[in-house]
Parts: sequence; C-alpha cells; structure tokens
Amino acid sequence: MHIPDGYLSPSTCTVLYAFTATAWYAALRRLKRVFAMRTIPTVSVFAAFSFIVMMFNVPLPGGTTGHPIGVTVAAIVLGPPGAILAVSIALAIQALLFGDGGITTLGANCFNMAIVGSLVAYGVYELIATGADISSRRRVIAAAIAGYVSINVCALFAAIEFGIQPALFHDAAGAPLYAPYPLRVAIPAMMIGHLTFAGLAEAAVSAGMVSYLQHADIGLLRGVGSRPVTELPVLESPRLSARLWWVVGLLMLCTPLGILATGTAWGEWSTKDLSARMQAAPAGLERLSSIWTAPFPGYAPSFIRSPLVGYFLSAMFAVGVFVLASLIAVSLGRRRVKTDKVLS
Amino acid sequence: MTHNSYLEKTIRGLSAALSESLFTEHMAQKAGLLQSLDPRVRLAGSLFLVVATVACRKLAIVAGLFVVATLIALLSHVSLGVLIKRVWLAILLFTGIIAVPALFITPGRALLAGPSHFTISATGVRAAAMLIFRVETAATLTATLIFCTPWTQILKALRFLRMPTEVITILMMTHRYIFLLLETAQHMFESRQSRTVGVMPESERRKVVSRTAGVLMSKSIELSHEVYLAMLSRGFRGEVRLLTDFRLVARDYAALGLFFVMGFAALWIGR
Repeated sequence: MHIPDGYLSPSTCTVLYAFTATAWYAALRRLKRVFAMRTIPTVSVFAAFSFIVMMFNVPLPGGTTGHPIGVTVAAIVLGPPGAILAVSIALAIQALLFGDGGITTLGANCFNMAIVGSLVAYGVYELIATGADISSRRRVIAAAIAGYVSINVCALFAAIEFGIQPALFHDAAGAPLYAPYPLRVAIPAMMIGHLTFAGLAEAAVSAGMVSYLQHADIGLLRGVGSRPVTELPVLESPRLSARLWWVVGLLMLCTPLGILATGTAWGEWSTKDLSARMQAAPAGLERLSSIWTAPFPGYAPSFIRSPLVGYFLSAMFAVGVFVLASLIAVSLGRRRVKTDKVLS
Repeated sequence: MTHNSYLEKTIRGLSAALSESLFTEHMAQKAGLLQSLDPRVRLAGSLFLVVATVACRKLAIVAGLFVVATLIALLSHVSLGVLIKRVWLAILLFTGIIAVPALFITPGRALLAGPSHFTISATGVRAAAMLIFRVETAATLTATLIFCTPWTQILKALRFLRMPTEVITILMMTHRYIFLLLETAQHMFESRQSRTVGVMPESERRKVVSRTAGVLMSKSIELSHEVYLAMLSRGFRGEVRLLTDFRLVARDYAALGLFFVMGFAALWIGR
C-alpha cells in the first residue's frame, strides 16, 4: 500500500499533504497535553516498534505470508493521535531511509495508513469493545475486526486516489499521466488482495497482540499514559493560540474578496445556472435542490442588503460554529483524559 | 515452503534492513558529486527534481530527467549495477506489472492489433511508458540521495526546510531505536527458530508472530520510559536544540542553481 512517487498527480499529493499536516499538528498538540515531556521518547520508540512490526511475516491460510501495518494495536494502546504520529514517522523513515514509498506521496501514504487507518481501527474497536471487561474475549474479536476493516478502508482510500487520476489528469490525446486505471478497475484490483490477504495479516496480529497483552501486560490496553513516570511540570506558552486568533481574524477580513470573482465556480451551479447552460436542469436535481435551503444563501442573509456586510456576517457565523464545535470536542476529549487517569 | 519459512523470511527481512543501512553509510563515504555538496543543497536539489519529474506532463522531458538522474547517480559513484539491481529492476517488476494491462485497456488508436481484447493502443503505450519512466526517475533521484547522504545529515538538512525541531528529534530517536529493536526482534526470532522442532499448526505460527510483536511492544514501552528518565537526568526540560554546522561554498551555490535551472526548465517545457 506504499504508493511510490509518480502514481499521484502533484495536486492530489498537495491536498493530501495539507490534510495530513493538519492531522500531524493536531495530534502533536494533543499528545503534548497528555504526555507532556514524554511525547518525544514515547512517539519515537513506538514509531521504531511500528517500523519493525511492518517487517514481520504473518503466516496466512494457503501457505502464504503477509505484512501487518500495526496501526490497529498502535491506535488501541496509544490512541489515535499517538498512532497517527508513530505510524507516520515509521512511514517517513521507510521513505527517506529505505526508499519504500515516495516522497511526494508521503502525505498520501500517511493519510491512508496512519490517519484513516488509526481512526477507523480505533472507531471499530471502541464500537465493539465498549463496556467489555479489559480481559474479555470481546476485545480480542474487536481488535481482529478493527484490523481487518481498517486495512481494507486504507486500501479503498488508496484505490480511490489511484482511480481518480485518469479522469482528472491526462494529455491532449487522452493518455493518463499518472496511475492509468479508472475507479472501476482500481478499486477491485486493490481490494481483492486486501480483502483476502493483507486484511487477514493485520487482523491476526491485532487479535494476537491484544490477547497476549491481556495475559502479560494488561496495563498497556488501558493506555500508555497509565504508566507512572517522573514528570516535571511544563508551562504551555499561550502565544500560539493568540497568533491563531489573529490569523482567523485576518482571514475573516479577507472574505469580501469573494465579491471580486465573477461568474459561478465550476460545478457549483444552481438549478437556475444549469437551466441557463443546458436549456433545462435535470428533473432529479431540481427535486433534490429543494430539500435543503441554506440559512445564508450566496453568503448573504436575506435581511442584509450590502454583500460586504453579508460576507463578514457569514464568516463570523461560520467561525463561531466551528469554534463552538471545537470547544465541545475539546471538552469531550478532556473528560476522556480524566477517565484514563482515574483508571490508572 | 517449509513450516519455519515465515521465521526465516522475517529474520532475512530484518537483516536486509540492517545491511541496507550499512550500505548507505558505506556509499556516503565515497568522494562523488552529491557527497561533495552541502546536505541542504543535496536535499533541496534532489527533492525539487523529484517534484519536477512528478509535475512534468511530457514523456520526452520525463525521459530526459531520467538521463539526468542516472548521470547524477553515476557521478556520485553509485554504479550502474547498483542502480539496476537495487532500484530499476525492483521498480520495473512492480510498476511494470501494474502498467502492462494499461497497454490493452486504455482506449485509443490501435497500434498493434491482436485477438479481441489484446489490441495494444498508442494511448496505452504512452500511459504505461509515462508511469514507468516517472516512477523510475523519481526512485533513481531518491535512491541516489539516500545512498549518498547519512541519515543524520538528511535530518539536519530537513531543519533547513523549516521542519519543526521536535519532529526532527523524533525522527532522529526513532532511527536510533529502530536498530536496537531490529536487533532485539532478530534475536527473538532466531531463538524461537532454534527452539522449534517439528511442524507447528498454522494458528500456532500466527500466535508466535503476534506474541513476539506483543513482547517487543512491552519492551518498547519500557524502553521509552527509560529513555525519558535518561533524558531528564541529562537536563531535558522539553526544549530541543540542534547543532547546525553547515556552511555553503561557491560550489554549493552553483550546484543549487543548476538543480533549480534543470527543474524549472523541465517544468516549463513539460507543462
């Protein structure tokens, strides 16, 4: 699943790098809050462990062997932020030191395996194992299913990234410039191998490791943060969050720039725009377009006449909604950390 | 396939990773073109050429970049044999197999007519050639950079590209502990193999691998606590400072200029 350089277009790589960088930043911030000064050694050693687990050969039915990614156990033991960073670092070292996976595609590889992999694995594991005793058999089954599902979702994302290339990037004669197969070929080609072998390898290792830890080191299943280690107080600098607020404010001030653009963005046509272009908008689209009416259509509430003020209001409203959602997410996250500490 | 082949394959894989790293250290000592340049120039120049290779839209220009990448490798004392064995053949086997069906299924003017579904199209040939050349060129550039630059220098050069110090420290420490854990895992598998007599059922073999991984994880976590305490005892207060002792000379500026001229030319002509 390590995509080499040349399979994905620069724009696909840039978008995936942007997603991944945001996730890295958020994960590092979260880890620093949980592990404080232990973040660096914990992530480093766990990344080294992830790197080595990826080299293990797991015996599979039919006499073959497969390699696990180890993202499931990383997500169970470290939580998604730790798993995202540890697996990403392992993938970065594979690319930069061993040439396994590309440099331009490192963002895509980390997105597929570290971010999607750990979030799906953690979600599925929590869904099945919630409420189960720490030494229960349900946790082993949950780890197996989480491993199998997460690897297949990772493969599906990689297949989609491959599959959209020929439609978006081709030369004048229609020859694909990057991965040459459309979605209808890329998805089955990727999924067959993962549904049959790679998924099984991850499922077997995840289940086996959870079962082993239940007998030998049960504390790890409660989270790495549960281990007592001498900790020195670290003062967090508030400067960065203040800087972020400045950036958000500046971006809000820039929102009326949208008024300068003429015409409609490609693909964002309303039924009216489509009717003008195609004589008549498709009937299905016309029906669906009436299901949801935006509160601020065209970034301007109906009671505001000036588009400039409308843009500002829309930006302030949207930022408010996002800040509220973030505050709720942070408060939920804090409650989780407190629960972990009580458990330890 | 013998019943212990999964152990042997894993041990071989772990040894190969160790020897690959030693090979890089050995290559980096040679007095070649890339080795003589400042690591920041090597990294920025090579990465820019990789980006140009990926962004270029014309086959002839990608082929030209492939020749440039090969010349850089040869001038850096990476022999043709090493390139063929370690880079080109491996890529050709993987990407070549992936690219072959594109010859037949890409719609376009028929170039070589065959029975029903086996007609090779001109568009298919161009798509397959583009993919193979692009991947080979990017891999040659990356492999040459890796072969000619010790890991510590790559990390210091990444600092120049504004990568956060914490991330560089994590990469540095991960690299160090990979070798310790590689050796630990290798010893665990070797001792397991030496104690295994007879044929083990498949489910038991899977348990061996997952339990080994479990033991390794416990050891890793213990190790991370020890490392943390060692860092504390040496005065670590959560801040990381790296020494950067690189100095650019005229030769580095000239090389950097050349890398960027070639990259921009490829991007401009191949747009």
